[in-house]
Amino acid sequence: MRERHASQGARRAREFEAFVAGAAGRLLHAATLLTAEPPHDNPHARRLLTLALAHTYASWNRLRGEDPYDTARQYLAVRFARGAWHHYGTLSRFRPKQPGGALAVLSPQERLILVLRIYEGVAEEQTAALLGLPVERVRSICDRASATLLHPPRKPAPAVAKVAPS
Amino acid sequence: MSRTTRREAAVRELLEGPVPGVPPELYADVVRRGNRMLRRRTTLRRLLWLLLLAAAVAFTVWASVARPWVAPPSETTPPLTGW
Repeated sequence: MRERHASQGARRAREFEAFVAGAAGRLLHAATLLTAEPPHDNPHARRLLTLALAHTYASWNRLRGEDPYDTARQYLAVRFARGAWHHYGTLSRFRPKQPGGALAVLSPQERLILVLRIYEGVAEEQTAALLGLPVERVRSICDRASATLLHPPRKPAPAVAKVAPS
Repeated sequence: MSRTTRREAAVRELLEGPVPGVPPELYADVVRRGNRMLRRRTTLRRLLWLLLLAAAVAFTVWASVARPWVAPPSETTPPLTGW
């Protein structure tokens, strides 16, 4: 029993190390985009990533064929959404004090949806289910966020009514 | 290429930007935290099983002492005397 336990632990450590080596870079980039920190100074993103990976490590034996990357990403997104909610009262009002990252002009919710939809390529339905929002709302937030990002943010928001549904 | 696709591509390009380096101590930190989580879960599970066991034992002892399935002796009927 103990021997089986030990060998299971060793196998988990091996598999998990390979997973982290492959996935940590991309997940850290996503986390840094979420927290809107500059790429070289991202303590919050690192903390988010550490928590997400630790959670994945703890549930490694119970994944049963699920994609660990998916698990880690989901945990990261949910944790970020919850953290933004707790720290700043509402998900949409907070803006970082020192805009460093590429997405600093957006609200946390816009960042979250933009990163999930466009950077990670998660389907609209999955994003909506993960965040507990209607699909139409996810689509409109994503459209609005891309418009804000591409057009100069100081000008009055350009009309984005004629966007074809993706 | 539709307008939406073009815009998505532009945003994606913006997001790809400079990639942050992964700190070398990350893996050790993650494993330490993960193991702590596992240990906590194991402890909690054991504690809950222990609680369940204690409750079962307590119930058995109480039931064997109090015997709630035995009908209590009637107290309302007056004793039959003098007929």
